[in-house]
Amino acid sequence: MTTSGYDEERLGALLGALPPAPAGLVAAAAELPQTRRDLERIVQLAGEDAEFRRALLEDLESALRRAGYEPDRSIVEELRRRFPA
Amino acid sequence: MGFPADGEERARASSEDADLLGRCRDGDDAAWAALVERYSRYVYAIAVQGFRLSEHDAEDVFQDTFARVYDRLDSLRDDTAFRPWLAQLTRRLCLDRLRSNGRAEPLGEVALAEAAADELERLDEALAVRDALAELSENCREILDRFFARDESYRTIGEALQLPPGTIASRISRCLGSLRERLEGRKPAVVES
Repeated sequence: MTTSGYDEERLGALLGALPPAPAGLVAAAAELPQTRRDLERIVQLAGEDAEFRRALLEDLESALRRAGYEPDRSIVEELRRRFPA
Repeated sequence: MGFPADGEERARASSEDADLLGRCRDGDDAAWAALVERYSRYVYAIAVQGFRLSEHDAEDVFQDTFARVYDRLDSLRDDTAFRPWLAQLTRRLCLDRLRSNGRAEPLGEVALAEAAADELERLDEALAVRDALAELSENCREILDRFFARDESYRTIGEALQLPPGTIASRISRCLGSLRERLEGRKPAVVES
């Protein structure tokens, strides 16, 4: 080990300063473009299909699952904003 | 204290950011995923280490941060200044969260931001080191990340990488040496372990 600013202890501490973020969070953020596309598709479907729109208003998460979409938090929040019960 | 090679590493990282952002705007989902991967640790660390947010609040800030980045891709003024912009955005969302939790009085926000400043400077430096780490061999990247960032034991690392545990310490030392050389700019090419 040296005593310079590049010593092993300091490098180790800096490497340790950035542990991985929770994997699920990273995966959800990485899938954001797809999530947004899903959201727009759901909104479009709700505009075209009165039955689906009614189901969304009654029980948003169940309606999403039935339509084949995982009720991701960001999708649910955005849909609740666009389709207030 | 910053590393002498910080400027060079940052310039390279800024150029890579600009490239990723351009591809994100063109609808390249893989580029977006790479951008998230590149900065996920940094954003989460700002929330947890810089502002001491709870796990739940840090997760919300993390999600909000990347959602806003995505929404503002088209309005970024300078792609090469993405990192400081991201840091500023994350800091602001952390302060908003503390405010909404009643943990930040108006007068206390300045003190909170100042208290976080030193830690954020350290995280910036850590990010520069990670950029340098990315230039090393895959073997070195794995060993150093597993040992220092994931806090894995020699035994776990040895099992994962199929290496005798007795050789891990010497490999860590050798890889740290390579990283140090990379930061000092002595070895511009990929360094093998």
